[in-house]
Amino acid sequence: MKISRIFKTILMADFLGGLYMALKEFFKPKKTINYPFEKGKISPRFRGEHALRRYPNGEERCIACKLCEAVCPAQAITIESAQREDGSRKTTRYDIDMMKCIYCGLCEESCPVDAIVQGPNFEFSTETREELYYTKEKLLDNGDRWENILDANIKADNIHR
Amino acid sequence: MEYVSIVFEQVYKILFLLVPVLVSVAMVVWLDRRVWAFVQKRQGPNVVGPFGILQSLADALKYIFKEMIIPSSSNKVIFILAPIVTMTLALISWAVIPFGATQVLADINVGILYLFAVSSLGVYGIIMGGWASNSKYPFLGAIRSAAQMVSYEVSIGVIIINVLLCVGSLNLNDIVIAQQNLWFVIPLFPMFVIFFISALAETNRPPFDLPEAEAELVAGYQTEYSGMMYAMFWLGEYANILLMCAMGAILFLGGWLSPIEIYPFTLIPGAIWLILKILLLFFLFALVKAIVPRYRYDQLMRLGWKVFLPFSLVWVVITASYLFYFNLLPVN
Repeated sequence: MKISRIFKTILMADFLGGLYMALKEFFKPKKTINYPFEKGKISPRFRGEHALRRYPNGEERCIACKLCEAVCPAQAITIESAQREDGSRKTTRYDIDMMKCIYCGLCEESCPVDAIVQGPNFEFSTETREELYYTKEKLLDNGDRWENILDANIKADNIHR
Repeated sequence: MEYVSIVFEQVYKILFLLVPVLVSVAMVVWLDRRVWAFVQKRQGPNVVGPFGILQSLADALKYIFKEMIIPSSSNKVIFILAPIVTMTLALISWAVIPFGATQVLADINVGILYLFAVSSLGVYGIIMGGWASNSKYPFLGAIRSAAQMVSYEVSIGVIIINVLLCVGSLNLNDIVIAQQNLWFVIPLFPMFVIFFISALAETNRPPFDLPEAEAELVAGYQTEYSGMMYAMFWLGEYANILLMCAMGAILFLGGWLSPIEIYPFTLIPGAIWLILKILLLFFLFALVKAIVPRYRYDQLMRLGWKVFLPFSLVWVVITASYLFYFNLLPVN
């Protein structure tokens, strides 16, 4: 062992250096955010909770093409459709099992009319499993609630598509 | 009737000491986590109460309402007794800590021996807990803890001898008053450093937290404990850490004496000074936790037996010869 190393060990130079560094870091600004009160920025492409959108006149966008149901790798989507009185094809049932869903975003990619989208909301934990079987009403409700942000996100992401 | 009033007076005194100690233990846990977080540039617990200061109370509440699981193959009596022993031993030693010239619960003439004896007994709670759990990890943790605490107690004992040579009394108040002119941290600085490191090992703090090394032993002797019993281990552990800080403050940092004996400082009561010194030492404990990696077991044993013990023994000889040569011995 070198003499200088022995002196360093006896004087605990490395330890004191560490202590000094710890004291310096102690007063530096924090790198973490105060989560429930402030939230991190998320991308327009963020794949959070699902929503079914409507046209501005209130007509639902979904045309029951079932592309999302076909593409869904987790088979979380169940769709039943019927012809409405005015001749248009609409869904009678649009369920997403949020516990099966892997949030891959393929349903959103496959949708020809931008009806099913994944919004920015990621805080939808529930106390029972039953609450995570999303029905058409729940999804449309989500769409109405988040429409402003969803619309802006789709426009912001459009240039990259 | 007279006896009743005497008993009540003593109970009142004890409560007046123990309640603040328990509350400050809870606060100190919060301080520990917060300092740890700050060094790592995190926020730490900051939600419950102002600056998160009530976090430990929330935790304690959670522990109280949790189920206490007692393993079916454990020795139930000893299993339940272990956390009680740990916490009781951590708390009874506060009886001799002087918070001022007269503010001490039991001003016994062998205070430092009592303190040393009780903190040595602390290992029993851990061994009992680890043994009675009848499980591999707690057992290994308890064995490690016993070996570690015994090893470092030896060097703490020798360090105490150093201080006693300079004081000539085992009474804690006498030790404090002997530092009126010069705190022992200055002449006995190497001993203070060794005391600090041994105190880390004695209370199973990082870098000597091998008994509860989570990477290898899950949680050591606490593995099978849950609910209030776990909380009692936890309280006892932090009360012990505070006690070690108090011991360091009394032996080396002048206890309840104010650092400068001039007008505005002498107004502040001694208890405040002692608490500030304890907090300073605890802050160091918390900082060390944040910066050091865990020791290997053989390194731990080598440091205790082959470095600290010989060094502090040599220092006893140096102190004794110095005092004898310059005729400074306190007792003839």
